[in-house]
Amino acid sequence: METLIGLLVAAPLLGAGVLLTGGRRLDRTGHLLGTLLSLLSFVFGAVLFVNMLGKDADQRALHSHLFTWVPVDGFQAQVGFQLDQLSMTFVLLITGVGTLIHVYSIGYMAHDERRRRFFGYLNLFLAAMLLLVLADNYFLLYAGWEGVGLASYLLIGFWQHKPSAATAAKKAFIVNRVGDIGLSVAIMLMFTTFGSFAFADVLPKAQDASATQHATVTGIGFMLLLAACGKSAQVPLQSWLGDAMEGPTPVSALIHAATMVTAGVYLITRSGAIFNAAPDAQTAVVTVGAVTLLFGAIVGCAKDDIKKALAGSTMSQIGYMIMAAGLGPIGYVFAIMHLVTHGFFKAGLFLGAGSVMHGMNDEVDMRRYGGLRKYMPITFITFGLGYLAIIGFPGLSGFFSKDKIIEAAYAKGGTEGWILGSAALLGAAITAFYMTRVMLMTFFGEKRWQPDAEGHEPHPHESPSSMTIPMIILAFGSVFAGALFSLNSRFVHWLEPVTGHSEGDSPVSAGTVTAATMVCLVIGVGIAWLMYGRRSVPAVAPRGSLLTRAARRDLLQDDFNHVVLVRGGEHLTRTLVYLDHSLVDGVVNGTAASVGGLSGRLRKLQNGYVRSYAVSMLGGTAVLVAATLLMRAV
Amino acid sequence: MNPANYLYLSALLFTIGAAGVLIRRNAIVVFMCVELMLNACNLAFVTFSRLHGNLDGQVIAFFTMVVAAAEVVVGLAIIVSIFRSRHSASVDDANLMKL
Amino acid sequence: MSFPLLTVTAVVPAAGAVITAAVPAARKTAAKYTALLFSLATLVLAIVALVRFDPDGDRYQLTESHAWIKDFGLRYELGVDGIAVTLIALTALLIPFVMLAGWHDADPLEDTNRRWRPTQGFFALILLVEAMVVLSFEATDVFLFYIFFEAMLIPMYFLIGGFGDRAHAGGEEEAARQRSYAAVKFLLYNLAGGLIMLAAVIGLYTVTADQLGTGTFSLQEILAARGAGKLDIATDTERWLFLGFFFAFAVKAPLWPLHTWLPNAMGESTAPVAVLITAVVDKVGTFAMLRFCLQLFPDASKWATPVILVLAVISIIYGALLAVGQRDIKRLIAYASVSHFGFIILGIFAMTSQGQSGATLYMVNHGISTAALMLVAGFLITRRGSRLIADFGGVQKVAPVLAGTFLIGGLATLSLPGLAPFVSEFLVLVGTFSRYPVLGIIATLGIVLAALYVLVLYQRTMTGPVKAGIEGMADLKARELLVVAPLIALLLFLGVYPKPITDIVNPSVHHTLSDVHKTDPKPALEAKK
Repeated sequence: METLIGLLVAAPLLGAGVLLTGGRRLDRTGHLLGTLLSLLSFVFGAVLFVNMLGKDADQRALHSHLFTWVPVDGFQAQVGFQLDQLSMTFVLLITGVGTLIHVYSIGYMAHDERRRRFFGYLNLFLAAMLLLVLADNYFLLYAGWEGVGLASYLLIGFWQHKPSAATAAKKAFIVNRVGDIGLSVAIMLMFTTFGSFAFADVLPKAQDASATQHATVTGIGFMLLLAACGKSAQVPLQSWLGDAMEGPTPVSALIHAATMVTAGVYLITRSGAIFNAAPDAQTAVVTVGAVTLLFGAIVGCAKDDIKKALAGSTMSQIGYMIMAAGLGPIGYVFAIMHLVTHGFFKAGLFLGAGSVMHGMNDEVDMRRYGGLRKYMPITFITFGLGYLAIIGFPGLSGFFSKDKIIEAAYAKGGTEGWILGSAALLGAAITAFYMTRVMLMTFFGEKRWQPDAEGHEPHPHESPSSMTIPMIILAFGSVFAGALFSLNSRFVHWLEPVTGHSEGDSPVSAGTVTAATMVCLVIGVGIAWLMYGRRSVPAVAPRGSLLTRAARRDLLQDDFNHVVLVRGGEHLTRTLVYLDHSLVDGVVNGTAASVGGLSGRLRKLQNGYVRSYAVSMLGGTAVLVAATLLMRAV
Repeated sequence: MNPANYLYLSALLFTIGAAGVLIRRNAIVVFMCVELMLNACNLAFVTFSRLHGNLDGQVIAFFTMVVAAAEVVVGLAIIVSIFRSRHSASVDDANLMKL
Repeated sequence: MSFPLLTVTAVVPAAGAVITAAVPAARKTAAKYTALLFSLATLVLAIVALVRFDPDGDRYQLTESHAWIKDFGLRYELGVDGIAVTLIALTALLIPFVMLAGWHDADPLEDTNRRWRPTQGFFALILLVEAMVVLSFEATDVFLFYIFFEAMLIPMYFLIGGFGDRAHAGGEEEAARQRSYAAVKFLLYNLAGGLIMLAAVIGLYTVTADQLGTGTFSLQEILAARGAGKLDIATDTERWLFLGFFFAFAVKAPLWPLHTWLPNAMGESTAPVAVLITAVVDKVGTFAMLRFCLQLFPDASKWATPVILVLAVISIIYGALLAVGQRDIKRLIAYASVSHFGFIILGIFAMTSQGQSGATLYMVNHGISTAALMLVAGFLITRRGSRLIADFGGVQKVAPVLAGTFLIGGLATLSLPGLAPFVSEFLVLVGTFSRYPVLGIIATLGIVLAALYVLVLYQRTMTGPVKAGIEGMADLKARELLVVAPLIALLLFLGVYPKPITDIVNPSVHHTLSDVHKTDPKPALEAKK
């Protein structure tokens, strides 16, 4: 069984290697190979899952040590895997959704001449992401962490000939690197404090760290949070996610909705013991989560680009998860549960958006859609089910998972609990609003599309079955996953041995929370219907209020970055380039110039006249003789 | 005869030679003055040899003569080739060797 | 007497240089193959040395010792520890790639002058540099080291000044002017460093002559004498001598603010020569810090550590920031190297086993990764006839393999996990952090800046619409692929499995650390118990 864990990672890695070095020979079969290896990985995962179910709850974790990566005195980095219930959940999500998206991409990328590479990158992503969730120490996790960053960079910038895509890819990588500083420093802190960075050493030691180490543990917590902010697009490192939508839509679905961006949630949940021992860090986590869930939701309301609206939504939903993870043992399980259900419905929504774009000549502006339900029935139904799931329509997945998070937020207790719970409720209302807006603008109302610049009139049509089948499967997940998980608290029992779980005593009863959520939902949907359903949608965006305009520009965070970091950085580097030339180099060149000047003066003595040389010789000899005589005399 | 007189003669010859090198323009004359200086030195060497009663000075004098002969060979060749190209034997006309 | 493997490893390229130079002018292809053959023979010898080196054995192995000039106590003493033998292998490994990459760099433009033999000269000079570098890694006599340390400047001077980049914005004449400026600057900087070191070398001799009766330059004799308590250099003297040595190595390495010769030299020379400078010659500087500064002057090293560490961190950040601001591809890579040398020096003077193992590993990895990046950049520049970033754009569309290899080289430069430099960079950071947390964190900022300059470079040259002058650019040819593919394979291999190198290096690092009487800081949790 242990070998299977290695194969789980090896299969997509092999695919990436073969597809990226194989050359044109594989152009015709490469996508099938990539999909097959991804499916193989899923099958391995499923086998391991069945095997795991057969064991007792506390004996389910599997370990597999491969080799020593970096053997240096005191610093022993291992390549070893750990498969417990938490990792298992992720493995199934990653390989499952991953395989569906491979299948979808066969149709979506059919006309792209670089399709083989696309599948190579997708396989690379799967391998890195699996490495991330299977690693048994932080150092190896870091490798996976950067690996997914690389895959994300390559896939966002897949259409490199578009300058906007290339810029977005670079931005994503660099912002992620800022987060990576956090993870590096966290690992260094672990190393200097605990002498190790393996989960098995660090986590128990962090749990019973003495008061003197308390500050260090808090520091580690903050650094891990920084890392999570980068990868999961949380405020203040969220700015890359919207731009990342430049990538092909299957990428947005897999990486920037279902899996990679949730790595931050994984990191915090995995490091639960550290956060449990550092309440200050936990407070920071919930604050970041709460701020982001509102931030993302507000941004999502103002975007006319369907993918960017969904990106705002992703940010906001991950905000929910981060907040839940920050709540401690009362929230870990629900963070992961929401992560899984979100993986289903958000991936489904993105695939739906991709299907719409596919039929509309890659138009992304929702103001150019309208009335598409007649043309794309399957897309409409699957997208609609995803929509109902995300707004938390009773009985669908989102309802179960989001409700639990809101309950847990109130259960945190005290003022903090009230603030968090209310923020989560408000978020639910806004979610209902912007998702209804997306739904209405895309599928309802009259058609608003126009010929594109080259005069091609779009002919909306349903996508091929390779694209619709994954959407249908994901729609099933969006509908039933929540109920399946919540029945008999199945998901809680499944994860409890790893993450721990405790029921908080909520000041508000579960029924009240559900009722309040429903009210929020109705309000959100209602306002959206008043604005976009009853009235016709203008094809050109109105100027909008100050908030709308700010939200369209990602609440001005990009402008801030541009002015302070980009411009400031440019000035700094330009000044330094100038100083390097004039000051550092200048000092040396100045010395050289003064030596040169001196020798220029001495050169005048060399006038070429033999007789003047003779005089100087005579003079020199006379001086030498005189000096010798004088020395004698003294 | 007082050996010091030879030394006075030597000093006198050396001074005449040095003055000639500095004052005269004709390369041949300059050259001859250099020879004069060398021979003044030779005279001094031989005198000292006699004074101290060993042969070192006379050996050196022979060396000097050999060097002087070699110098004449090279020097005259240079002067002749300069005269051919510039039609002048003046040392002031040959001032190209400078930066 | 056993087989003098180390001498032979250095004599083979030197002999190769002579033979290559003697090949008739018309047979330039024969000259190239001759040189390549000799460099491959050197590689084989270096690998034999690597295999015969026993990590658990004596500190210095394969030693050779002969009296040279008895009156001055000069000896011909060679020996390698794990660090030296690894770096010799790196040097020997890179030279054939440098030659292959520069296969046509020194072809005469037209066959007008039959006695003009630039090709022979180019390849002979490369072999000569290799011989000098190998000898500097091997020498355990301080004066012997000094001789080769300085002698390698001469062939390098001609390589920079004589075989410059043909792609120049300012035309042929401006190119020649810039080139000779760069070559003279390179020579003057390094000579100045060398002269100060010479003074320190002589100072060391007088100190040993004073205290031991007979002066010596032999590293092992000095160490043995100090171990036996017979040699005790006065604190002030030790510090001055240390500074003399360190200055020379800091120029060579180069450390901020002595770095300005590097961008000129790397910018004006051809890509293979630039690789020779940064990946091979400069390594002698950082290597010598480990071997001579720390071993000869342990106390002074500790005394100077704070200042050196700060300079190293400045190098890291400063080099990276300047790389971001460059408009010229080669100068960008040069400043990136300044940043990387900052990491290496930081690792050496952090005085922890992680730091020093990391630094040694970094020397190897930086050599390979910069070679990969720079050589691909060279292919790119030769094709376009310009080295300005602004002249490129959309290359990935017309030459995807070239763009892909360039990206991998770049990713290695920004230390992506899975590629070799990551391991070394992280080790240096951890090693620094465990003793100097603040400096460690500042140095960590370097990883963001590295991402910035690499990705900006990639974006501007490779992505976007195809620019004028780029259409029809040929993708990598078989010869070029033969250069790049093995380097990339090596980067991947060492990124996943650096154990073969760390196993050889670790014991040597252990020795060096015990020279300076330093032990690794204990983890805070254990220290409490």
